[in-house]
Amino acid sequence: MHALEKILARNSGRKTVHTGEIVTAKVDFAEINDLYLQTVYSFYEMGGEKVWDNERCAFVFDHYAPCPDIKSAQNHKEMRAFAQKNGLRFHFDTNCGVCHQVMPEAGVIYPGMIVVATDSHTTTHGAFGAMGTGCGATDMATILMTGELWFRVPEIIEVRLEGQAPEGVFPKDVILSVLGRIRADGAVYKAIDFTGSYIEQLNVAGRMTICNMAVEMGAKTAYMQPNEDVLNYVKERAVRPFEVQYTDPDFVYEESYVFDVSAMEPQLACPDSVENVHPLSEVTAKEDVMLNQGYIGSCTDGRVEDIAVAAKILRGHHIPEHTRLVVVPASREVMLACMEKGYIQDLMNAGATITTPGCGACLGAHEGILAPGEICITSTNRNFPGRMGSTEAHLYLASPATVAASMINGRITDPRKYL
Amino acid sequence: MKTKLSGKIIVVGDNIDTDQIYPGRFLAITDPKEIGSHCLCGVDESIAANFPQGGIVVAGRNFGCGSSREHAPIALLNMGASAILADSFARIFFRNAVNLGLVPVICKGIRDKVKDGQTLTLDLEAGTVTVQETGEVLPCEKLGDQAMKILEAGGIKPLMRARFAKEEK
Repeated sequence: MHALEKILARNSGRKTVHTGEIVTAKVDFAEINDLYLQTVYSFYEMGGEKVWDNERCAFVFDHYAPCPDIKSAQNHKEMRAFAQKNGLRFHFDTNCGVCHQVMPEAGVIYPGMIVVATDSHTTTHGAFGAMGTGCGATDMATILMTGELWFRVPEIIEVRLEGQAPEGVFPKDVILSVLGRIRADGAVYKAIDFTGSYIEQLNVAGRMTICNMAVEMGAKTAYMQPNEDVLNYVKERAVRPFEVQYTDPDFVYEESYVFDVSAMEPQLACPDSVENVHPLSEVTAKEDVMLNQGYIGSCTDGRVEDIAVAAKILRGHHIPEHTRLVVVPASREVMLACMEKGYIQDLMNAGATITTPGCGACLGAHEGILAPGEICITSTNRNFPGRMGSTEAHLYLASPATVAASMINGRITDPRKYL
Repeated sequence: MKTKLSGKIIVVGDNIDTDQIYPGRFLAITDPKEIGSHCLCGVDESIAANFPQGGIVVAGRNFGCGSSREHAPIALLNMGASAILADSFARIFFRNAVNLGLVPVICKGIRDKVKDGQTLTLDLEAGTVTVQETGEVLPCEKLGDQAMKILEAGGIKPLMRARFAKEEK
Protein backbone atom coordinates (compact mmCIF):
# COMPACT_ATOMS: atom_id res chain seq x y z
CA MET A 1 0.00 0.00 0.00
CA HIS A 2 0.96 3.64 -0.36
CA ALA A 3 1.55 5.70 2.79
CA LEU A 4 -1.64 7.64 1.98
CA GLU A 5 -3.64 4.40 1.72
CA LYS A 6 -2.23 3.32 5.08
CA ILE A 7 -3.36 6.62 6.57
CA LEU A 8 -6.85 6.18 5.11
CA ALA A 9 -6.98 2.53 6.23
CA ARG A 10 -5.91 3.28 9.79
CA ASN A 11 -8.36 6.16 10.17
CA SER A 12 -11.23 4.09 8.79
CA GLY A 13 -10.49 1.10 11.01
CA ARG A 14 -9.45 -1.21 8.18
CA LYS A 15 -6.37 -3.24 7.38
CA THR A 16 -6.37 -2.30 3.71
CA VAL A 17 -8.12 0.03 1.28
CA HIS A 18 -8.40 -0.19 -2.49
CA THR A 19 -8.47 2.48 -5.18
CA GLY A 20 -11.99 3.64 -5.92
CA GLU A 21 -13.47 2.35 -2.66
CA ILE A 22 -15.54 4.72 -0.54
CA VAL A 23 -14.37 4.75 3.08
CA THR A 24 -15.50 6.74 6.08
CA ALA A 25 -12.41 7.95 7.89
CA LYS A 26 -11.78 9.77 11.15
CA VAL A 27 -10.50 13.30 10.75
CA ASP A 28 -7.58 14.14 13.06
CA PHE A 29 -7.90 17.89 12.68
CA ALA A 30 -10.52 20.08 11.02
CA GLU A 31 -10.03 23.74 10.21
CA ILE A 32 -12.58 26.32 9.15
CA ASN A 33 -11.47 29.63 7.70
CA ASP A 34 -13.39 32.86 7.86
CA LEU A 35 -15.04 32.56 4.44
CA TYR A 36 -17.14 29.73 5.84
CA LEU A 37 -19.74 31.02 8.25
CA GLN A 38 -21.98 28.70 6.22
CA THR A 39 -20.31 25.84 8.15
CA VAL A 40 -21.90 27.11 11.36
CA TYR A 41 -25.27 27.58 9.61
CA SER A 42 -25.14 24.08 8.06
CA PHE A 43 -24.11 22.62 11.45
CA TYR A 44 -27.25 23.96 13.11
CA GLU A 45 -29.48 23.22 10.08
CA MET A 46 -28.46 19.56 10.36
CA GLY A 47 -29.22 19.40 14.07
CA GLY A 48 -25.69 19.86 15.41
CA GLU A 49 -25.32 20.96 19.02
CA LYS A 50 -21.68 20.59 20.11
CA VAL A 51 -18.60 19.82 18.02
CA TRP A 52 -17.40 16.21 18.27
CA ASP A 53 -14.06 17.10 19.87
CA ASN A 54 -13.10 20.60 20.96
CA GLU A 55 -9.37 19.87 20.69
CA ARG A 56 -9.49 18.75 17.08
CA CYS A 57 -11.05 21.69 15.28
CA ALA A 58 -10.33 25.39 14.99
CA PHE A 59 -11.21 28.56 13.15
CA VAL A 60 -8.51 30.58 11.40
CA PHE A 61 -9.44 34.15 10.55
CA ASP A 62 -7.09 34.70 7.63
CA HIS A 63 -9.06 35.82 4.58
CA TYR A 64 -10.39 38.96 6.28
CA ALA A 65 -7.53 39.81 8.65
CA PRO A 66 -8.44 42.34 9.90
CA CYS A 67 -11.99 42.85 8.63
CA PRO A 68 -12.37 45.20 5.66
CA ASP A 69 -16.15 45.68 5.99
CA ILE A 70 -19.18 45.25 8.22
CA LYS A 71 -20.30 41.96 6.64
CA SER A 72 -17.00 40.20 7.29
CA ALA A 73 -16.90 41.67 10.81
CA GLN A 74 -20.35 40.20 11.46
CA ASN A 75 -19.19 36.83 10.09
CA HIS A 76 -16.18 36.86 12.43
CA LYS A 77 -18.44 37.78 15.33
CA GLU A 78 -20.71 34.79 14.71
CA MET A 79 -17.78 32.40 14.24
CA ARG A 80 -16.07 33.67 17.41
CA ALA A 81 -19.30 33.06 19.32
CA PHE A 82 -19.41 29.47 17.99
CA ALA A 83 -15.76 28.91 18.97
CA GLN A 84 -16.40 30.23 22.47
CA LYS A 85 -19.62 28.27 22.93
CA ASN A 86 -17.82 25.06 21.97
CA GLY A 87 -14.75 25.85 24.08
CA LEU A 88 -12.37 25.25 21.17
CA ARG A 89 -8.82 24.71 22.47
CA PHE A 90 -7.26 26.28 19.38
CA HIS A 91 -8.42 29.59 17.98
CA PHE A 92 -6.52 31.68 15.46
CA ASP A 93 -7.94 35.19 15.27
CA THR A 94 -6.98 38.01 12.89
CA ASN A 95 -3.50 38.37 14.44
CA CYS A 96 -2.17 34.96 13.35
CA GLY A 97 -1.84 34.47 9.60
CA VAL A 98 -2.78 32.05 6.80
CA CYS A 99 -4.29 28.79 8.03
CA HIS A 100 -1.81 26.53 6.19
CA GLN A 101 1.08 28.33 7.87
CA VAL A 102 -0.34 28.75 11.37
CA MET A 103 -1.54 25.15 11.73
CA PRO A 104 1.92 23.59 11.29
CA GLU A 105 3.40 26.32 13.48
CA ALA A 106 0.89 25.47 16.21
CA GLY A 107 1.81 21.78 16.01
CA VAL A 108 -1.59 20.48 14.92
CA ILE A 109 -0.09 19.11 11.68
CA TYR A 110 2.14 16.02 11.85
CA PRO A 111 2.98 12.96 9.75
CA GLY A 112 0.40 10.19 9.35
CA MET A 113 -2.67 12.32 10.13
CA ILE A 114 -5.72 13.39 8.16
CA VAL A 115 -6.38 17.13 8.12
CA VAL A 116 -9.46 18.52 6.38
CA ALA A 117 -10.00 22.25 5.99
CA THR A 118 -12.46 24.48 4.19
CA ASP A 119 -9.72 25.53 1.81
CA SER A 120 -8.53 24.01 -1.42
CA HIS A 121 -4.87 24.54 -0.52
CA THR A 122 -5.06 21.98 2.30
CA THR A 123 -2.93 19.78 0.01
CA THR A 124 -0.04 21.83 1.51
CA HIS A 125 0.21 19.46 4.47
CA GLY A 126 1.52 16.63 2.32
CA ALA A 127 4.80 18.44 2.95
CA PHE A 128 4.67 16.93 6.47
CA GLY A 129 3.67 13.40 5.43
CA ALA A 130 0.05 14.15 6.37
CA MET A 131 -3.03 13.65 4.22
CA GLY A 132 -4.55 17.08 3.74
CA THR A 133 -7.60 17.79 1.65
CA GLY A 134 -10.09 20.61 1.18
CA CYS A 135 -13.86 20.53 1.50
CA GLY A 136 -16.81 22.91 1.44
CA ALA A 137 -18.82 24.37 4.28
CA THR A 138 -21.46 21.67 4.59
CA ASP A 139 -19.00 18.76 4.35
CA MET A 140 -17.12 20.52 7.15
CA ALA A 141 -20.29 20.79 9.22
CA THR A 142 -20.73 17.01 8.95
CA ILE A 143 -17.16 16.61 10.24
CA LEU A 144 -17.84 18.93 13.19
CA MET A 145 -20.87 16.76 14.04
CA THR A 146 -19.33 13.32 13.55
CA GLY A 147 -15.53 13.63 13.46
CA GLU A 148 -15.46 11.77 10.16
CA LEU A 149 -15.89 12.19 6.42
CA TRP A 150 -16.40 9.87 3.46
CA PHE A 151 -13.52 9.64 0.99
CA ARG A 152 -13.03 7.88 -2.29
CA VAL A 153 -9.63 6.16 -2.13
CA PRO A 154 -7.78 8.03 -4.87
CA GLU A 155 -5.54 6.86 -7.68
CA ILE A 156 -1.99 7.90 -6.80
CA ILE A 157 0.38 9.35 -9.35
CA GLU A 158 4.09 9.94 -8.84
CA VAL A 159 5.83 13.16 -9.73
CA ARG A 160 9.50 12.34 -9.48
CA LEU A 161 11.78 15.37 -9.24
CA GLU A 162 15.44 14.52 -9.68
CA GLY A 163 18.59 16.62 -9.43
CA GLN A 164 19.57 19.90 -7.83
CA ALA A 165 17.95 23.19 -8.73
CA PRO A 166 20.25 25.62 -10.58
CA GLU A 167 20.68 29.07 -9.01
CA GLY A 168 17.58 31.18 -9.57
CA VAL A 169 15.26 28.17 -9.77
CA PHE A 170 13.03 27.98 -6.72
CA PRO A 171 10.36 25.48 -5.59
CA LYS A 172 7.73 27.71 -7.24
CA ASP A 173 9.51 27.39 -10.60
CA VAL A 174 9.65 23.63 -10.12
CA ILE A 175 5.93 23.26 -9.39
CA LEU A 176 5.01 25.63 -12.24
CA SER A 177 7.06 23.43 -14.60
CA VAL A 178 5.16 20.39 -13.35
CA LEU A 179 1.81 22.19 -13.70
CA GLY A 180 2.60 23.24 -17.25
CA ARG A 181 3.04 19.59 -18.21
CA ILE A 182 0.34 17.88 -16.13
CA ARG A 183 -2.18 20.72 -16.74
CA ALA A 184 -4.91 22.16 -14.52
CA ASP A 185 -7.03 19.00 -14.58
CA GLY A 186 -4.30 16.37 -14.97
CA ALA A 187 -4.70 15.08 -11.42
CA VAL A 188 -8.42 15.62 -10.73
CA TYR A 189 -9.64 13.24 -7.97
CA LYS A 190 -6.10 11.82 -7.71
CA ALA A 191 -3.30 12.07 -5.15
CA ILE A 192 0.17 13.23 -6.12
CA ASP A 193 3.22 11.74 -4.42
CA PHE A 194 6.26 13.96 -4.96
CA THR A 195 9.43 11.85 -4.87
CA GLY A 196 13.03 12.01 -6.05
CA SER A 197 16.36 13.40 -4.91
CA TYR A 198 15.21 17.04 -5.17
CA ILE A 199 12.34 16.41 -2.72
CA GLU A 200 14.47 14.31 -0.38
CA GLN A 201 16.76 17.28 0.32
CA LEU A 202 14.12 20.02 0.14
CA ASN A 203 13.38 22.15 3.24
CA VAL A 204 9.96 22.55 4.88
CA ALA A 205 9.14 25.84 3.15
CA GLY A 206 9.92 24.52 -0.32
CA ARG A 207 7.96 21.33 0.30
CA MET A 208 4.96 23.37 1.37
CA THR A 209 5.12 25.48 -1.82
CA ILE A 210 5.09 22.39 -4.02
CA CYS A 211 2.35 20.48 -2.16
CA ASN A 212 0.30 23.69 -1.95
CA MET A 213 0.00 23.91 -5.72
CA ALA A 214 -0.88 20.24 -6.23
CA VAL A 215 -4.51 21.36 -6.07
CA GLU A 216 -3.94 23.56 -9.12
CA MET A 217 -3.69 20.28 -11.05
CA GLY A 218 -6.95 19.15 -9.44
CA ALA A 219 -5.30 16.84 -6.90
CA LYS A 220 -7.31 15.62 -3.94
CA THR A 221 -4.19 15.49 -1.82
CA ALA A 222 -0.41 15.55 -2.04
CA TYR A 223 2.25 13.57 -0.25
CA MET A 224 5.98 13.70 0.42
CA GLN A 225 7.84 11.21 2.56
CA PRO A 226 9.04 13.24 5.59
CA ASN A 227 12.76 13.98 5.63
CA GLU A 228 14.97 15.08 8.52
CA ASP A 229 14.04 18.73 8.10
CA VAL A 230 10.34 17.89 8.44
CA LEU A 231 10.87 15.60 11.42
CA ASN A 232 12.92 18.26 13.24
CA TYR A 233 10.15 20.78 12.57
CA VAL A 234 7.28 18.61 13.82
CA LYS A 235 9.15 17.12 16.79
CA GLU A 236 9.52 20.59 18.25
CA ARG A 237 5.85 21.41 17.76
CA ALA A 238 3.49 18.43 17.47
CA VAL A 239 0.73 18.49 20.07
CA ARG A 240 0.19 14.71 19.79
CA PRO A 241 2.37 11.66 19.30
CA PHE A 242 2.53 10.63 15.66
CA GLU A 243 3.53 7.77 13.43
CA VAL A 244 5.21 8.28 10.05
CA GLN A 245 3.72 6.05 7.33
CA TYR A 246 5.86 4.53 4.58
CA THR A 247 4.93 3.37 1.10
CA ASP A 248 5.55 -0.34 0.48
CA PRO A 249 8.36 -1.02 -2.00
CA ASP A 250 6.02 -3.01 -4.28
CA PHE A 251 3.46 -0.19 -4.59
CA VAL A 252 2.58 0.61 -8.21
CA TYR A 253 1.67 4.19 -9.17
CA GLU A 254 -1.12 4.80 -11.64
CA GLU A 255 1.32 6.91 -13.60
CA SER A 256 4.80 8.41 -13.08
CA TYR A 257 6.08 11.70 -14.42
CA VAL A 258 9.82 12.34 -14.19
CA PHE A 259 11.39 15.80 -14.22
CA ASP A 260 15.04 16.84 -14.29
CA VAL A 261 15.15 19.82 -11.94
CA SER A 262 18.78 20.58 -12.82
CA ALA A 263 17.66 21.51 -16.37
CA MET A 264 14.89 23.90 -15.25
CA GLU A 265 14.87 27.69 -15.47
CA PRO A 266 12.64 30.37 -13.87
CA GLN A 267 9.01 29.96 -14.96
CA LEU A 268 5.90 32.09 -15.30
CA ALA A 269 2.25 31.10 -15.38
CA CYS A 270 0.98 33.72 -17.82
CA PRO A 271 -2.53 35.25 -17.89
CA ASP A 272 -5.18 33.99 -17.38
CA SER A 273 -4.67 30.37 -16.38
CA VAL A 274 -2.40 28.43 -14.02
CA GLU A 275 -1.54 25.98 -16.79
CA ASN A 276 -0.35 28.69 -19.20
CA VAL A 277 3.26 28.09 -18.08
CA HIS A 278 6.31 29.25 -20.03
CA PRO A 279 10.00 29.73 -19.23
CA LEU A 280 10.50 33.36 -18.20
CA SER A 281 13.25 33.83 -20.80
CA GLU A 282 10.82 32.86 -23.58
CA VAL A 283 8.20 35.38 -22.41
CA THR A 284 10.62 38.29 -22.01
CA ALA A 285 12.29 37.55 -25.38
CA LYS A 286 8.92 38.12 -27.04
CA GLU A 287 7.71 41.13 -25.11
CA ASP A 288 8.70 43.57 -22.40
CA VAL A 289 6.01 43.07 -19.74
CA MET A 290 5.50 46.31 -17.78
CA LEU A 291 4.03 45.91 -14.29
CA ASN A 292 1.72 47.94 -12.07
CA GLN A 293 2.07 45.75 -8.99
CA GLY A 294 4.20 43.03 -7.47
CA TYR A 295 2.86 40.77 -4.73
CA ILE A 296 4.74 38.44 -2.38
CA GLY A 297 2.79 36.39 0.10
CA SER A 298 0.11 33.68 0.62
CA CYS A 299 0.12 30.06 1.73
CA THR A 300 2.10 29.33 -1.43
CA ASP A 301 5.08 31.65 -1.06
CA GLY A 302 4.88 33.94 1.98
CA ARG A 303 7.38 32.26 4.30
CA VAL A 304 10.69 33.47 5.76
CA GLU A 305 12.71 31.90 2.92
CA ASP A 306 10.55 33.69 0.34
CA ILE A 307 10.77 37.08 2.01
CA ALA A 308 14.51 36.59 2.62
CA VAL A 309 15.28 36.15 -1.08
CA ALA A 310 13.10 39.13 -1.98
CA ALA A 311 14.92 41.29 0.61
CA LYS A 312 18.29 40.13 -0.69
CA ILE A 313 17.38 41.10 -4.25
CA LEU A 314 15.78 44.44 -3.39
CA ARG A 315 18.31 45.60 -0.78
CA GLY A 316 19.80 48.87 -1.95
CA HIS A 317 17.25 49.25 -4.79
CA HIS A 318 14.02 51.21 -4.93
CA ILE A 319 10.92 50.22 -6.87
CA PRO A 320 10.03 52.69 -9.66
CA GLU A 321 7.61 55.51 -9.03
CA HIS A 322 4.00 54.65 -9.95
CA THR A 323 4.48 50.92 -9.25
CA ARG A 324 3.81 49.18 -5.96
CA LEU A 325 5.02 46.05 -4.21
CA VAL A 326 2.78 44.44 -1.60
CA VAL A 327 4.42 42.00 0.81
CA VAL A 328 2.22 39.87 3.09
CA PRO A 329 4.05 37.58 5.52
CA ALA A 330 2.19 34.27 5.83
CA SER A 331 2.02 34.44 9.62
CA ARG A 332 2.91 36.43 12.71
CA GLU A 333 5.78 34.01 13.38
CA VAL A 334 7.07 34.60 9.84
CA MET A 335 6.76 38.36 10.19
CA LEU A 336 8.55 38.44 13.54
CA ALA A 337 11.41 36.35 12.15
CA CYS A 338 11.65 38.62 9.10
CA MET A 339 11.72 41.71 11.30
CA GLU A 340 14.44 40.25 13.47
CA LYS A 341 16.56 39.55 10.40
CA GLY A 342 15.91 43.01 8.96
CA TYR A 343 14.09 41.76 5.83
CA ILE A 344 10.98 43.81 6.49
CA GLN A 345 13.11 46.94 6.89
CA ASP A 346 14.97 46.17 3.62
CA LEU A 347 11.71 45.74 1.76
CA MET A 348 10.14 48.86 3.24
CA ASN A 349 13.25 50.85 2.34
CA ALA A 350 12.88 49.55 -1.21
CA GLY A 351 9.35 50.96 -1.30
CA ALA A 352 7.28 47.88 -0.40
CA THR A 353 3.93 48.05 1.38
CA ILE A 354 3.79 45.47 4.19
CA THR A 355 0.32 44.28 5.23
CA THR A 356 -1.09 42.12 8.04
CA PRO A 357 -0.23 38.42 7.90
CA GLY A 358 -3.11 36.63 6.15
CA CYS A 359 -4.46 35.87 2.70
CA GLY A 360 -4.51 39.54 1.69
CA ALA A 361 -5.22 40.23 -1.97
CA CYS A 362 -4.42 36.70 -3.17
CA LEU A 363 -8.13 35.99 -3.60
CA GLY A 364 -9.22 39.54 -4.26
CA ALA A 365 -10.73 40.21 -0.83
CA HIS A 366 -8.69 43.28 0.15
CA GLU A 367 -5.22 44.84 0.56
CA GLY A 368 -3.89 45.07 -2.98
CA ILE A 369 -6.84 44.77 -5.40
CA LEU A 370 -6.19 45.48 -9.09
CA ALA A 371 -8.02 47.89 -11.40
CA PRO A 372 -9.05 47.04 -14.99
CA GLY A 373 -6.08 46.86 -17.34
CA GLU A 374 -3.47 46.51 -14.58
CA ILE A 375 -0.73 43.88 -14.67
CA CYS A 376 0.60 42.18 -11.53
CA ILE A 377 3.36 39.65 -10.95
CA THR A 378 2.63 37.55 -7.90
CA SER A 379 4.06 34.69 -5.84
CA THR A 380 0.53 33.39 -5.13
CA ASN A 381 -1.26 30.38 -6.57
CA ARG A 382 -3.97 31.38 -9.07
CA ASN A 383 -4.25 33.78 -11.97
CA PHE A 384 -7.75 33.15 -13.29
CA PRO A 385 -9.71 36.24 -14.40
CA GLY A 386 -10.79 38.35 -11.43
CA ARG A 387 -8.70 36.46 -8.89
CA MET A 388 -7.07 39.64 -7.52
CA GLY A 389 -9.77 42.17 -8.39
CA SER A 390 -10.93 43.26 -11.84
CA THR A 391 -11.58 40.52 -14.40
CA GLU A 392 -9.74 42.82 -16.82
CA ALA A 393 -6.54 42.80 -14.73
CA HIS A 394 -3.90 40.20 -15.57
CA LEU A 395 -1.69 38.12 -13.30
CA TYR A 396 1.65 36.41 -13.86
CA LEU A 397 2.53 33.75 -11.27
CA ALA A 398 6.22 33.51 -10.38
CA SER A 399 8.68 32.77 -7.58
CA PRO A 400 9.25 35.46 -4.92
CA ALA A 401 12.73 36.01 -6.38
CA THR A 402 11.28 36.73 -9.82
CA VAL A 403 8.70 39.08 -8.32
CA ALA A 404 11.42 40.96 -6.43
CA ALA A 405 13.75 41.19 -9.45
CA SER A 406 10.83 42.40 -11.58
CA MET A 407 10.16 45.20 -9.13
CA ILE A 408 13.61 46.75 -9.60
CA ASN A 409 12.68 48.16 -13.01
CA GLY A 410 8.93 47.55 -13.01
CA ARG A 411 9.10 44.93 -15.78
CA ILE A 412 9.28 41.15 -15.72
CA THR A 413 12.93 40.33 -15.07
CA ASP A 414 15.03 37.17 -14.70
CA PRO A 415 16.12 36.97 -11.03
CA ARG A 416 19.39 35.23 -11.88
CA LYS A 417 21.16 38.49 -12.64
CA TYR A 418 20.46 39.75 -9.10
CA LEU A 419 21.40 36.67 -7.05
CA MET B 1 -35.64 12.78 -6.51
CA LYS B 2 -36.42 13.43 -10.17
CA THR B 3 -34.17 11.30 -12.33
CA LYS B 4 -35.03 13.34 -15.42
CA LEU B 5 -34.21 17.04 -15.60
CA SER B 6 -35.02 19.39 -18.46
CA GLY B 7 -33.88 22.94 -18.91
CA LYS B 8 -32.58 25.63 -21.18
CA ILE B 9 -28.81 25.85 -21.30
CA ILE B 10 -26.02 28.35 -21.24
CA VAL B 11 -22.59 27.31 -22.50
CA VAL B 12 -19.33 28.39 -20.83
CA GLY B 13 -15.65 27.50 -21.34
CA ASP B 14 -12.83 25.38 -19.87
CA ASN B 15 -11.36 25.86 -16.38
CA ILE B 16 -14.27 27.99 -15.15
CA ASP B 17 -12.91 28.40 -11.64
CA THR B 18 -14.79 29.39 -8.52
CA ASP B 19 -13.51 32.97 -8.83
CA GLN B 20 -15.36 33.25 -12.13
CA ILE B 21 -18.43 31.52 -10.71
CA TYR B 22 -18.38 33.64 -7.56
CA PRO B 23 -15.66 36.30 -7.18
CA GLY B 24 -13.76 36.76 -3.93
CA ARG B 25 -15.09 40.27 -3.40
CA PHE B 26 -18.58 38.89 -2.64
CA LEU B 27 -17.54 36.15 -0.21
CA ALA B 28 -18.75 37.87 2.94
CA ILE B 29 -22.35 37.75 1.68
CA THR B 30 -24.47 35.08 3.37
CA ASP B 31 -27.97 35.64 1.89
CA PRO B 32 -28.45 32.84 -0.70
CA LYS B 33 -30.60 34.94 -3.08
CA GLU B 34 -28.03 37.72 -3.09
CA ILE B 35 -25.26 35.17 -3.64
CA GLY B 36 -27.23 33.84 -6.63
CA SER B 37 -27.50 37.30 -8.16
CA HIS B 38 -23.69 37.42 -8.65
CA CYS B 39 -23.39 33.94 -10.16
CA LEU B 40 -20.93 33.58 -13.05
CA CYS B 41 -20.31 37.33 -13.07
CA GLY B 42 -16.62 36.58 -13.61
CA VAL B 43 -17.65 35.16 -17.00
CA ASP B 44 -20.38 37.64 -17.90
CA GLU B 45 -22.21 39.96 -15.51
CA SER B 46 -25.51 39.56 -17.39
CA ILE B 47 -25.80 35.77 -16.95
CA ALA B 48 -27.48 35.58 -13.52
CA ALA B 49 -30.27 38.10 -14.23
CA ASN B 50 -31.27 36.32 -17.44
CA PHE B 51 -30.80 32.72 -16.34
CA PRO B 52 -33.87 30.49 -16.91
CA GLN B 53 -35.31 28.79 -13.79
CA GLY B 54 -34.30 25.13 -13.78
CA GLY B 55 -31.69 25.85 -16.44
CA ILE B 56 -28.57 23.82 -17.07
CA VAL B 57 -24.98 25.09 -17.33
CA VAL B 58 -22.85 23.36 -19.96
CA ALA B 59 -19.08 23.66 -19.57
CA GLY B 60 -15.77 22.33 -20.83
CA ARG B 61 -13.11 20.67 -18.71
CA ASN B 62 -12.35 21.21 -15.00
CA PHE B 63 -15.51 23.15 -14.08
CA GLY B 64 -15.37 24.54 -10.53
CA CYS B 65 -11.60 24.39 -10.13
CA GLY B 66 -9.91 26.69 -7.67
CA SER B 67 -11.17 27.60 -4.22
CA SER B 68 -13.29 25.27 -2.07
CA ARG B 69 -15.92 27.98 -1.57
CA GLU B 70 -19.42 26.54 -1.23
CA HIS B 71 -20.68 29.90 -2.45
CA ALA B 72 -20.12 28.52 -5.98
CA PRO B 73 -22.84 25.83 -5.91
CA ILE B 74 -25.01 28.02 -3.65
CA ALA B 75 -24.80 30.75 -6.33
CA LEU B 76 -25.61 28.32 -9.15
CA LEU B 77 -28.61 26.86 -7.30
CA ASN B 78 -29.98 30.26 -6.35
CA MET B 79 -29.50 31.58 -9.84
CA GLY B 80 -31.89 28.78 -10.82
CA ALA B 81 -29.54 26.09 -12.15
CA SER B 82 -30.59 22.47 -11.65
CA ALA B 83 -27.60 20.70 -13.18
CA ILE B 84 -24.13 21.22 -14.64
CA LEU B 85 -22.88 19.16 -17.58
CA ALA B 86 -19.15 19.29 -18.23
CA ASP B 87 -16.16 17.39 -19.62
CA SER B 88 -14.83 17.15 -16.06
CA PHE B 89 -15.30 18.69 -12.61
CA ALA B 90 -12.90 19.77 -9.91
CA ARG B 91 -13.24 17.46 -6.94
CA ILE B 92 -14.28 19.87 -4.17
CA PHE B 93 -16.86 21.55 -6.39
CA PHE B 94 -18.30 18.14 -7.26
CA ARG B 95 -18.70 17.23 -3.57
CA ASN B 96 -20.16 20.62 -2.68
CA ALA B 97 -22.67 20.43 -5.55
CA VAL B 98 -23.88 16.95 -4.60
CA ASN B 99 -24.10 17.92 -0.92
CA LEU B 100 -26.41 20.80 -1.80
CA GLY B 101 -28.52 18.92 -4.34
CA LEU B 102 -27.08 20.46 -7.52
CA VAL B 103 -26.55 17.69 -10.08
CA PRO B 104 -23.02 17.59 -11.65
CA VAL B 105 -22.75 15.14 -14.56
CA ILE B 106 -19.74 14.35 -16.72
CA CYS B 107 -20.68 14.51 -20.39
CA LYS B 108 -17.53 14.51 -22.48
CA GLY B 109 -17.52 16.74 -25.55
CA ILE B 110 -21.01 18.14 -24.94
CA ARG B 111 -19.91 21.76 -25.24
CA ASP B 112 -19.18 21.39 -28.95
CA LYS B 113 -22.52 19.72 -29.66
CA VAL B 114 -24.96 22.22 -28.15
CA LYS B 115 -25.75 25.94 -28.38
CA ASP B 116 -26.83 28.62 -25.91
CA GLY B 117 -30.60 28.65 -25.46
CA GLN B 118 -31.24 25.04 -26.52
CA THR B 119 -33.19 22.75 -24.17
CA LEU B 120 -31.62 19.56 -22.86
CA THR B 121 -33.16 16.62 -21.03
CA LEU B 122 -30.81 14.80 -18.67
CA ASP B 123 -31.75 11.21 -17.78
CA LEU B 124 -29.69 10.20 -14.75
CA GLU B 125 -30.84 6.57 -14.82
CA ALA B 126 -30.19 6.00 -18.51
CA GLY B 127 -27.02 8.12 -18.58
CA THR B 128 -28.15 10.19 -21.54
CA VAL B 129 -28.63 13.81 -22.56
CA THR B 130 -31.22 14.59 -25.26
CA VAL B 131 -31.08 17.81 -27.26
CA GLN B 132 -34.74 18.75 -27.66
CA GLU B 133 -34.28 20.88 -30.80
CA THR B 134 -32.44 18.20 -32.81
CA GLY B 135 -33.47 15.00 -31.06
CA GLU B 136 -29.80 14.05 -30.75
CA VAL B 137 -29.04 11.74 -27.81
CA LEU B 138 -25.62 12.05 -26.18
CA PRO B 139 -24.16 9.61 -23.64
CA CYS B 140 -23.13 10.90 -20.21
CA GLU B 141 -21.55 9.25 -17.18
CA LYS B 142 -23.80 7.90 -14.45
CA LEU B 143 -23.28 9.22 -10.94
CA GLY B 144 -21.69 6.92 -8.35
CA ASP B 145 -23.75 5.24 -5.59
CA GLN B 146 -22.53 7.61 -2.88
CA ALA B 147 -23.44 10.71 -4.91
CA MET B 148 -26.85 9.22 -5.84
CA LYS B 149 -27.57 8.36 -2.20
CA ILE B 150 -26.96 11.98 -1.19
CA LEU B 151 -28.89 13.45 -4.13
CA GLU B 152 -31.83 11.11 -3.57
CA ALA B 153 -32.04 12.30 0.03
CA GLY B 154 -32.20 15.88 -1.27
CA GLY B 155 -28.62 16.66 -0.25
CA ILE B 156 -26.39 15.92 2.72
CA LYS B 157 -28.42 18.03 5.15
CA PRO B 158 -31.59 15.87 5.17
CA LEU B 159 -29.36 12.79 5.32
CA MET B 160 -27.53 14.05 8.40
CA ARG B 161 -30.72 15.28 10.04
CA ALA B 162 -32.22 11.81 9.64
CA ARG B 163 -29.06 10.18 11.00
CA PHE B 164 -28.89 12.41 14.08
CA ALA B 165 -32.61 12.14 14.78
CA LYS B 166 -32.18 8.33 14.74
CA GLU B 167 -29.14 8.44 17.03
CA GLU B 168 -30.99 10.55 19.56
CA LYS B 169 -33.80 8.00 19.78
